[in-house]
Amino acid sequence: MELTGAQILIESLKREGVEVVFGLPGGAILPTFDTLYDSGLRFVLVRHEQGAAHMADGYARATGKPGVCIVTSGPGATNLVTGIATAYMDSVPMVCITGQVATTAIGSDAFQEADTIGITRPVTKHNFLIKDVRDIARTVREAFYIASTGRKGPVVIDFPVDVSRAKTEFDWPKTVHIRGYKPTVEGHPKQIEKAAEIINQSKRPVLYVGGGCVASDAAEELTAFARKTGIPCTTTVHGLGAFPEDDPLALRMLGMHGTHYANYSVQNSDVLIAVGARFDDRVTGKVSLFAPKAKIIHIDIDPASISKTVLVDVPIVGEVKQILRELAKRVKKLDLAEWHQQIEGWKKKHPLKYDQSGKVIRQQYVIDKVGELTGHDAVITTGVGQHQMWTAQWYGFRKPRTMITSGGLGTMGYGFPAAIGAKVGLPEKTVVCIDGDGSFQMTLFELATAVYYKIPVKVFIMNNAHHGMVRQWQELFYNRRYSASELGPSNPDFVKVAEGYGALGIRVTEKDEVVPAIKKALAHNGPVVVDCVVAPEDNVYPMVPAGHALDQVMDMA
Amino acid sequence: MKHTISVLVENHFGVLAHVAGLFSARGFNIDSLAVGETDDPTVSRMTIVAHGDDRVIEQINKQLNKLIDVIKVQDLTEEEKIARELVLAKVHATAANRSDILQIVNTFRAKVVDVNPRSITIEVTGNEEKVDAMLELLRPFGVKEVVRTGTIALSRKSELSLKKEKEESPSKSESVAKEKE
Repeated sequence: MELTGAQILIESLKREGVEVVFGLPGGAILPTFDTLYDSGLRFVLVRHEQGAAHMADGYARATGKPGVCIVTSGPGATNLVTGIATAYMDSVPMVCITGQVATTAIGSDAFQEADTIGITRPVTKHNFLIKDVRDIARTVREAFYIASTGRKGPVVIDFPVDVSRAKTEFDWPKTVHIRGYKPTVEGHPKQIEKAAEIINQSKRPVLYVGGGCVASDAAEELTAFARKTGIPCTTTVHGLGAFPEDDPLALRMLGMHGTHYANYSVQNSDVLIAVGARFDDRVTGKVSLFAPKAKIIHIDIDPASISKTVLVDVPIVGEVKQILRELAKRVKKLDLAEWHQQIEGWKKKHPLKYDQSGKVIRQQYVIDKVGELTGHDAVITTGVGQHQMWTAQWYGFRKPRTMITSGGLGTMGYGFPAAIGAKVGLPEKTVVCIDGDGSFQMTLFELATAVYYKIPVKVFIMNNAHHGMVRQWQELFYNRRYSASELGPSNPDFVKVAEGYGALGIRVTEKDEVVPAIKKALAHNGPVVVDCVVAPEDNVYPMVPAGHALDQVMDMA
Repeated sequence: MKHTISVLVENHFGVLAHVAGLFSARGFNIDSLAVGETDDPTVSRMTIVAHGDDRVIEQINKQLNKLIDVIKVQDLTEEEKIARELVLAKVHATAANRSDILQIVNTFRAKVVDVNPRSITIEVTGNEEKVDAMLELLRPFGVKEVVRTGTIALSRKSELSLKKEKEESPSKSESVAKEKE
């Protein structure tokens, strides 16, 4: 039987095991939406396409399965771009289907035409323009394969309207064969051997763990490896949760706003084992002074990440999970008493801390309490800025896929739609968005989506009436010239906003009210916005100013 | 240092944009790029000449490998290779100096492909050094226009054949491993 292109597309999505699609319709994608209507696929209608991309992204990070969105051509596709770029920077598997004008009209500046392939090329792992109805099934198959293997990432399928109307037999390809795409999975045995030798002789080793460990579902292997050898473990913002922070070997986050002891440990290490991490500038500080005494072992799925910014001594390309298993077989329990003692000293001398005096609410306090009251087991999403860094420092992550944040692109407005996507994927889990007043306002209209579909996410706005991180940098590095960083006078009443959309709104202004408000929000069966009016001029510490070595740490007095 | 990189790619639209985009997005410089179909019509071969320090060249190779439409990458710089470039040069010529020009043409085994009262157009094939040397000698006569195809190159020893796809070639991890050994 012949099917239309739209029918083939939807059938192909089902064959790929897709459960839910986020999106927004429009002219060029109408045949697809017509098919979607009674397809049985769950569809979540968003208020803005950026929301669809972030929801698909949040869904993917929470579940490990590729997120899917469908939008129309032109502005539908361009609105998606920030979300695609966010996913690309953080290696999140996504398949985005964008409508396109008819193949006969491409290039004619038709209504709602945009060169989507051209626009998304630098922010996708790969993209396709389907010109022939017979290519749809194979293209969808390849798109999912590319998105969810190797170093994962978003893939765009541009889908012209005439192709969606054309008909052909449905022929689902049994296998995928892309001659230019063969990701390396298994680590080279010689390299693993060499790494093991170095580790076995190390005196001051450190594990530096990134998002690749979470993406590879290797948290268990990592924890086993660290405990077997006794090697202390620090994580990047995306590595949070890969290693339980209540473990004595945990050094917590490193980098610009990492702990003193994580940064000191890295700087003093003799062997640094990077696991699915890419030596981002927010992690390394001044590259030439990064881990100066260390031999560096780098485990990564992406060969192009090896020696990109920091030259490494032993690269191992492949799946983190498999390599850690192999490596664990070849290492022994190390005698690291002296090293542990030194680190313990740093931990005692420089714990994470904040000013607990007075009635004023500190963001750290709210996040600390959210951690406690959710048993450090909720899925947390964030916006970008101070609240994001404090969430990283204070939530106390213990499980993988519980920290969902835009670390690479740093997309404000990411947190709330990502929370919706995560909750759709994991309805049994508590999903909390810790947001800023600035970040939340970039996508808060998705409250309509959360309320309509009864997606009970909990938003805690750390309302400091500023673009707090911008304000902090202006205070520290721009002579306190607060150019365009104050939001207070123009902020809306967030409680009324929540209520206007039909969500529960709560405001807290004093410390005593915080715990009851968190309890109320968690108990409420529906979306909640808690407007936490917090200290307006706090700074995130510790801080390694940009361009400094990791051990040049600024801290609060 | 200049590197000559041979790349087999899928022969469909958008591939050139992917490759060019890789260079522009990461700030790598292309000195020349020549592309054409191979004997297999589904595959094109690009010859890219680029310069940069070792780390830049390593990234270029790796990033090229990462592109889905790139089937195979071979850096020919250290290989024994045959490299050629075709150049057309229109040179100012008068009755008085025409024979001097023809002498240069003969020396370089170039060809005269067009003559008119005021100029001679010369076709020359060779590696970059030869072409540059000839242009240098022609310059005093007045070179009016030059067009170069960019270098195309083949390894003398190994074939960058489709039979050996990425999977069967030594994986990147191995080649990196070799570099380090």
